[in-house]
Amino acid sequence: MFGWLVWRDLILAWRRRADVLATLFFFVIVVSLFPLGIGPERETLRTIAPGVVWVAALLASMLSLGRIFGNDYQDGTLEQLLLTPQSTYLIVLGKILAHWLVSEVPLVMIAPLLGLQFGLSENSLATVVVSLLLGTPVLSLIGSIGAALTLGLRAANVLVALLVLPLYIPVLIFGTGAVQASVGGTSPQPYLLLLGATLVLSLVFAPWATSAALKISVE
Amino acid sequence: MGNQRGIKDICGMMSNRKINWYKYAAPANFYPIAGKMIPWFAVLTALLFIAGLYVGFFVAPTDFQQGEAYRIIFIHVPAAWMGMFLYVLMAVYAGIGWAFNARLASMMATAISTTGAIFTFISLVTGSLWGRPAWGVWWVWDARLTSTLILMFLYIGFISLQSSIDDPRRADRAGAVLALVGVINVPIIYFSVQWWNSLHQGATIRIANKPTMAPSMLAAMLILLAACWMYSIAVVLVRVRYIIREREREAPWLAEAVA
Repeated sequence: MFGWLVWRDLILAWRRRADVLATLFFFVIVVSLFPLGIGPERETLRTIAPGVVWVAALLASMLSLGRIFGNDYQDGTLEQLLLTPQSTYLIVLGKILAHWLVSEVPLVMIAPLLGLQFGLSENSLATVVVSLLLGTPVLSLIGSIGAALTLGLRAANVLVALLVLPLYIPVLIFGTGAVQASVGGTSPQPYLLLLGATLVLSLVFAPWATSAALKISVE
Repeated sequence: MGNQRGIKDICGMMSNRKINWYKYAAPANFYPIAGKMIPWFAVLTALLFIAGLYVGFFVAPTDFQQGEAYRIIFIHVPAAWMGMFLYVLMAVYAGIGWAFNARLASMMATAISTTGAIFTFISLVTGSLWGRPAWGVWWVWDARLTSTLILMFLYIGFISLQSSIDDPRRADRAGAVLALVGVINVPIIYFSVQWWNSLHQGATIRIANKPTMAPSMLAAMLILLAACWMYSIAVVLVRVRYIIREREREAPWLAEAVA
């Protein structure tokens, strides 16, 4: 059931490729706006690069949150899924995993390219990728709580930003901390460990909170 | 509402032992008693505010470093404490309301959220008014300031989530999930902001340590903290009465109580 759910979401996403690409291009455009707004000095760009990439990733992942449950909620699939004897925790985890694979992994893959534009070294680029790999699942996990709470509400997209962005702050701090450490020539390991801890914590608690929120929203 | 009457009867039967606190979990019973409590807390608020402001302005000595400007902390510190306490209290009430399906607890959470947000806002504004003479800038990205700002965002999230859901029971439960998730996150956010702050040693300004605070300063602060508590209780009771009136407008007891 778990695997089937993930596979099904992946197929659905493949059939709506444009949505996925839109999020990706949003990420690229936001990151590209910063040099235009701040100026092309190489040193400045290198100092702001970690923050820019991470903030853009936060915004891009937030933008796609509505898709985790939105379509399934509208056509009634979600209700049917919740009625199955399968544990809600696993269903939610499957949807989150699919969302991460579809919406976040492309961001992680394009991030080194953007880092190059900001003059990051290879070492730092590797840290960007590793920190994003550890951090973006947390974004999907925490974001799913907001997505479930705002299901079917007016102005759900703006609301989800208000709910979720403050909760993203630790991930932002640890993620940029890792990249900054490696830009500054020190070891990013402590930050990566903290990101890992956040990931484990949210893996345990977030799907549970999301299931509770879904039951509230669907009933 | 028949349901209403039923709860009341059951509570009535149970109440011939001792004081039955569950009785006041029914809005019909809580509404009148809250109305009776409000004036008392309002009077206490006024007295404590007068006493605290008197001690703060006339008894407490002038700070030798910061001059008179420091006196803003008599409002600032209690407001900041209230902002934090009320968030936890709100989450507790919301959690009780959700777990035990207690409508009144959920209404309390909604009532507390506005007061908590106001206190957090006051602490941010007074903090920056104090920062201007003390630090020379309106705002520094200090760990405490930043985490208070984030607390404000959490309140705003809770309030806007509740106000955009039309069904009050769904609003209660959704708010409870958000408040509990927020409460779990508050320590994580707090520590992450602190590490972030120690990483960026940009601002060398620290919030001044006051190891030797004059007793009258501490007294003023504590009296004003008590005043803020009394104020919160009074205002939350007023708000919760309005929420009850709004949600139970169909109930026959309300027509009697209001008339």
